[in-house]
Amino acid sequence: MLKGGVIMDVVTPDQARIAEDAGAVAVMALERVPADIRAQGGVARMSDPDLITGIKQAVSIPVMAKARIGHFVEAQVLEHLAVDYIDESEVLSPADYVHHIDKHAFTVPFVCGATNLGEALRRIAEGAAMIRSKGEAGTGDVSEATRHIRTIRHEIAVLRATYESGPEELYAAAKDLQAPYELVREVAETGSLPVVLFTAGGVATPADAALMMQLGSDGVFVGSGIFKSGNPAKRAAAIVKATALYTDPGAIADASRGLGEAMVGINVADLAAPHRLAERGW
Amino acid sequence: MGVLALQGGVREHQFLLEGLGARVVPLRTPPDLLGPDGLRVDALVLPGGESSTIDRLLRLFGTDEPLRDAIRGGLPTLGTCAGLVLLARTVLDPAPGQGSLGVMDVAVRRNAFGPQLDSAEMDLTTALGPARVAFIRAPRVETAGPGVEVLARRGDAIVGVRQATATGIAFHPELTGETLFHRRLLADATGASQAA
Repeated sequence: MLKGGVIMDVVTPDQARIAEDAGAVAVMALERVPADIRAQGGVARMSDPDLITGIKQAVSIPVMAKARIGHFVEAQVLEHLAVDYIDESEVLSPADYVHHIDKHAFTVPFVCGATNLGEALRRIAEGAAMIRSKGEAGTGDVSEATRHIRTIRHEIAVLRATYESGPEELYAAAKDLQAPYELVREVAETGSLPVVLFTAGGVATPADAALMMQLGSDGVFVGSGIFKSGNPAKRAAAIVKATALYTDPGAIADASRGLGEAMVGINVADLAAPHRLAERGW
Repeated sequence: MGVLALQGGVREHQFLLEGLGARVVPLRTPPDLLGPDGLRVDALVLPGGESSTIDRLLRLFGTDEPLRDAIRGGLPTLGTCAGLVLLARTVLDPAPGQGSLGVMDVAVRRNAFGPQLDSAEMDLTTALGPARVAFIRAPRVETAGPGVEVLARRGDAIVGVRQATATGIAFHPELTGETLFHRRLLADATGASQAA
């Protein structure tokens, strides 16, 4: 039950303990945070099982780990390691440029990234139990996360309006979204995704996290933003506080005081297209 | 009806209660719970979530003390999953620094049925009647004091308890639309407000 919570990227058991102590609802165990993957380049893969097991032993909250897009054997390994969630993630180098993992073949729940509603519904059709808007990981620039959550929410609102005005138009809507009609109809009827919708990518401050919550996110992933900052423990706790009290500017102001240096950011606009992770996945 | 809304499955409880005709308010900070004329709610739901996170936020915002006083004072309360952990006197395997409200004489173990992998939906026989419920990283009650009534078991494990006006269950009725426990809570709230 992760809703309303903050999920933090960690690369060591010590970081995992700091995250748990700060009130994270889960941690993402990985070898390099996205900012370092971006800086160091090369092929990014599933983490060493020893690292994942070490982090699992360090904390009592759920532990997630990333598999490459389409790499169903990495997912089999992660399921064998009994991680609590698998993130089929564009932050790693894709293993398949056509197919995502058939997530119905697993019992462990999957979280997948999406930049729009059609992409989210394709992942749900494949068996994803949780969607996160992608944002642009490892930048500290929240603009892409904002765009993706706004896009998904807007497209849901359009479907809802179509359902009210002319449900026979949902067949064409499904064609345009490139998503199964049954899922499109369900979203149109209920006005929400059938799974939880978190936000990720570039969240670096308490106000960033509260922005995502006010935009309708069920919770927030913070990747490089915490452990690439000056005072990780304090920033982690502050982001948790702002996420819980996301409609209270006074509380967000208090959470934002004296946090030290935020992670050094990269403007997404300055990133050449091949280096944009959000464009991975289809 | 107040639903503690610091983290966790708040909306599902809200929908279920509203479906039963109740008015629901989210509770986060002490003023949400306590107004100038006393308690602002007739009953309380502590939802599922990560118990260590909710416990930490309760203390951070100072909501723990007024909540503890209200429940001890007889505010009808339903805790599900992490909510059961919060109600317990003892958490046997706490996260570092994790505490609880300590208002029910039970000792609980978190994630007692295995990781997320082993989550399950099932039919359960309870003291209130048959119920269709979901277990997700559920806790279990290891020991219960003499004043505690056992409401439900899963195999040998105690998964539902009641003491005075507080009810703690290890599972999620709100995810399957099971209204049994929420109807009981509403009945308790109506009884309490009539008595007062």
